[in-house]
Amino acid sequence: MKKNIANGLTLAAIAVVFTGILAALVYIGVIDEYTAQILTLAGINIIVALSLNLISGFTGQLALGHAGFMAVGAYTTAVCIMKFNFPMLLAILTSGLVTAVFGLIIGFPTLRLRGDYLAIVTLGFGEIIRVIMINLEQITGGAAGLKGIPSFTEDILLAPALSMLWVFSVMIITIILMSNLIKSSYGRAVLSVREDEIAANSMGINVFYYKMYAFTISAFIAGVGGGLYAPFFGYLNPTMFNFLKSVDFLVIVVLGGMGSITGTVIAGFVLTYLQEFLRFLRDYRLVIYPLLLIFIMLFRPSGLMGNREISILALWQRLFKSDRTQSKVDKAGERQ
Amino acid sequence: MGFLHEFLQQMVNGLSLGSIYALLALGYTMVYGIVKLINFAHGDILMLGAFGGFFVLAAYGVTPLTFVLALLVGMIVCAVVGIVIEKTCYKPLRNAPRINALITAIGVSIFIENGARVVKVIGPNPKEFPTFKTVNFPIGDVNISQIQIIVFVVSIALMFLLTYIVNHTKLGKAMRAVSFDRPAAYLMGINVDWIISFTFALGSALAAAAGILFASAYPQVEPYMGIIPGLKAFVAAVLGGIGSIPGAMLGGFIMGIAETLTKGFISSQLADAIAFGILILILVVKPSGILGKNVSEKV
Amino acid sequence: MLKNRLLLAGIILVLVFSLISGCNESKTIKIGTIQPISGQVSAYGIQTRDAIAMAIEEINANGGVLGKKLELIVEDDEASPEKTTNAFKKLTAKDKVVAIIGALTSKCTLAITKEAQAKKVVLITSSSTNDTVTDAGEFIFRACYNDSFQGQVNAKFAYETLKARRAAILYDITNDYSKGLMSNFKAKFEELGGQIVAIESYSTGDKDFNAQLTKIKASQPEVLFIPDYYSTISLIAKQVRGQGMTIPMMGGDGWDEITNNAGDEVIGCYYSNHYSPDSDDEDVKAFVTKFREKYNITPNALAALGYDAAYILADAIEKAGSLDPVKIQQAMMETDKKMVTGYIRFNEKRNPVKSAVMLKVVKGADGKLTTEYAGTVNP
Repeated sequence: MKKNIANGLTLAAIAVVFTGILAALVYIGVIDEYTAQILTLAGINIIVALSLNLISGFTGQLALGHAGFMAVGAYTTAVCIMKFNFPMLLAILTSGLVTAVFGLIIGFPTLRLRGDYLAIVTLGFGEIIRVIMINLEQITGGAAGLKGIPSFTEDILLAPALSMLWVFSVMIITIILMSNLIKSSYGRAVLSVREDEIAANSMGINVFYYKMYAFTISAFIAGVGGGLYAPFFGYLNPTMFNFLKSVDFLVIVVLGGMGSITGTVIAGFVLTYLQEFLRFLRDYRLVIYPLLLIFIMLFRPSGLMGNREISILALWQRLFKSDRTQSKVDKAGERQ
Repeated sequence: MGFLHEFLQQMVNGLSLGSIYALLALGYTMVYGIVKLINFAHGDILMLGAFGGFFVLAAYGVTPLTFVLALLVGMIVCAVVGIVIEKTCYKPLRNAPRINALITAIGVSIFIENGARVVKVIGPNPKEFPTFKTVNFPIGDVNISQIQIIVFVVSIALMFLLTYIVNHTKLGKAMRAVSFDRPAAYLMGINVDWIISFTFALGSALAAAAGILFASAYPQVEPYMGIIPGLKAFVAAVLGGIGSIPGAMLGGFIMGIAETLTKGFISSQLADAIAFGILILILVVKPSGILGKNVSEKV
Repeated sequence: MLKNRLLLAGIILVLVFSLISGCNESKTIKIGTIQPISGQVSAYGIQTRDAIAMAIEEINANGGVLGKKLELIVEDDEASPEKTTNAFKKLTAKDKVVAIIGALTSKCTLAITKEAQAKKVVLITSSSTNDTVTDAGEFIFRACYNDSFQGQVNAKFAYETLKARRAAILYDITNDYSKGLMSNFKAKFEELGGQIVAIESYSTGDKDFNAQLTKIKASQPEVLFIPDYYSTISLIAKQVRGQGMTIPMMGGDGWDEITNNAGDEVIGCYYSNHYSPDSDDEDVKAFVTKFREKYNITPNALAALGYDAAYILADAIEKAGSLDPVKIQQAMMETDKKMVTGYIRFNEKRNPVKSAVMLKVVKGADGKLTTEYAGTVNP
């Protein structure tokens, strides 16, 4: 138990220092604004992909509407800030909560059932939420989009660094929360649902409850991701959250490994960067992505990382304390 | 024009649209019945079928004979495509976790759509589908176009054919057996792999026919044209009871009529939302669908 | 060993610095453009890019601007606002361009106007017609007229030239372009004394319009206004005629290229456009001939607008005499020149004041559809 806390704290400390340095580098201009933009965008993609991994990778329920959740979060934040003058943090948390409510509403009829209804219902939700956003013109600006959403700061020189600081902080919090969740008894129950619903049920695990639990949290995190997206871009348009956006997240999760937090983080950075870098591929990118999905499923269903994780603490111990505490490290390694 | 007249007119529009949904829903329901997989690529097979018909009609002009030829070519091509997809992508995953097969299905769907966009002969821009010149048959105040009649007649004929195959042939019997209990069917000497491939071929051929009829009624073909009909047909299949063939037909007609009535009397914006409203409602009230049977879980 | 390494490091450092300083004293003036080279509207994006590239080539062949050559940096936005923002950051932070032409669609342009204004980057969009695009501030320009003008043009033409008194509208509610034209057509037509008897809508990608058309037919309009792009129009037109309606249909510049993409149903219909490639105007003729020679295709209106946008920008830089964005902005405001898409001057909202051409779809001598000049409507 103590060790877990120590692990978490070390990780948090390293992450805070790392994020701080990155943001400072952006501020003084060593990392240019374009690179900062891509890194920050990758951060948001990772947050939403992590939330998708929770429901699809860890719980085994395919969801195809995370762009829709993101849209709910993004518009909620924008409206909270612009219409009700919420402070940023409160607005983002509110967007998470509102999205979680949507998750509850969708999850309730679908997760009761066995079978793949969640995939098709979330897919439908993703489409319908766009129609709703377009029709609620007074609130969302309709098809023309919502302009002039205040950024994290109005200081144009500070904005890239501060956006990155916000997004990376939330990303790190999400990672820590999720890895703790997976290790908790709730997390174990969720995993058992993925492995075998019927067996889990007969072991006294309320399958419906745990599926709802994972799905609602997933919606919450995706909503927060969307909430960061709104002030980051400053402009929202319903078409930004189409089905292909949901597929982008799915590709990140599948490539990284369903059920691996580390995998999602790595794949999130790599794919977001590649999207910029591989512009010359033009429409072929949209052919390569689905092929990637198919090939991974056929030949390496576990993705890059499988369900393995890289733990910074274990790495640290392996590197520096390997002589003295070999046996301890082995145990820690087993546990990862 | 009174309310009754407008209502009748919308019913005619709805029946025509519904028969296309029904054809497409049949494919979903058969595949789901036999391998328990939502074949997301089914709507894209519709698109490929429509393009198959497009090339035939564009090359030989539109006559009743070429139309039949277009139907045949589209259906054969798509049957082959269906088998190829099944053999290469779904078969290796038959015993994998279901989410893997679903992700593959999504992958296949996006691959077909975007593959069609980058292929030179299809390309991203919508193309006009060659079709018969519209002839109207006014019955009283209600207008029925001959394309609506063709769509309706061809789909009903195909549905009868399918029902015959499933209920009165040896192949159909084997299909039902595999769907009912795959291991037992295997032990009885049925070539399960072959039957599954045949089911995919049959479903894909129907989707191709639906595609050509759809393109004749709404004469435009483009790579993304199958997505929305595909989704609605899936809802139709669930509505009728997934796995049930008469259910899929019933569901298709209900969906078509519900959609045109919504457009006509409530709001065209709600037409898509209504489809998913129906889906949610059916999942809450009767997940097994109108004609579906409640099957208890087996361990 | 150590010495060698130090030496190597030193050489690399020197090389890098010389490279960086070399970049700073660039011999070209960099112009960025953000266009949808892939994605849904790639056909428009590619033509616009080609037209801009052609303009830049011409300018360079004539000695460039301020004694330097122009260098065009093209970024693909995939018609996505998110990608547009990324492309904008790349152009401003990495490539350090002087000004930007783009984006093509209104939603993409709207995603970057606020930042362009804040960073004082002169931005001219060739074809974003949404009214609010130039609201962000004095650094945002456009080369085309906006939606409200186009809606009014159609209303005026329907009322005054076609003598229609009852009009129906069918529009795409999920598309801001379609919506903008709809509301402005409605306002102007009613202001003139006409009556809008039916307004029906659909969503992008819809294929079945029979339900809406049944309602429209019941309201007995004399003209049907359908502000959308040609691909949808060809589909709607078939169903309009299928329902037995023979009234003329009208639309905006989205109808451009309808003659290559629709059947005989659209004969006798009208649409407003930025220019007509068949015009006798000298500038138009020169542009069309050159474009055909180079790319083997007749340029559409967006290509013409992209071409003009490039020239407006180049002229302004030349007139400003420096690369200072404030000076370029002032020079832009003084634009006063006859171009391919008409005579261009900017009003206080940085929208060009120019007239619209109304075209009528007719059957040509060769049996193919073509357009015929039907009138000019002035602002």
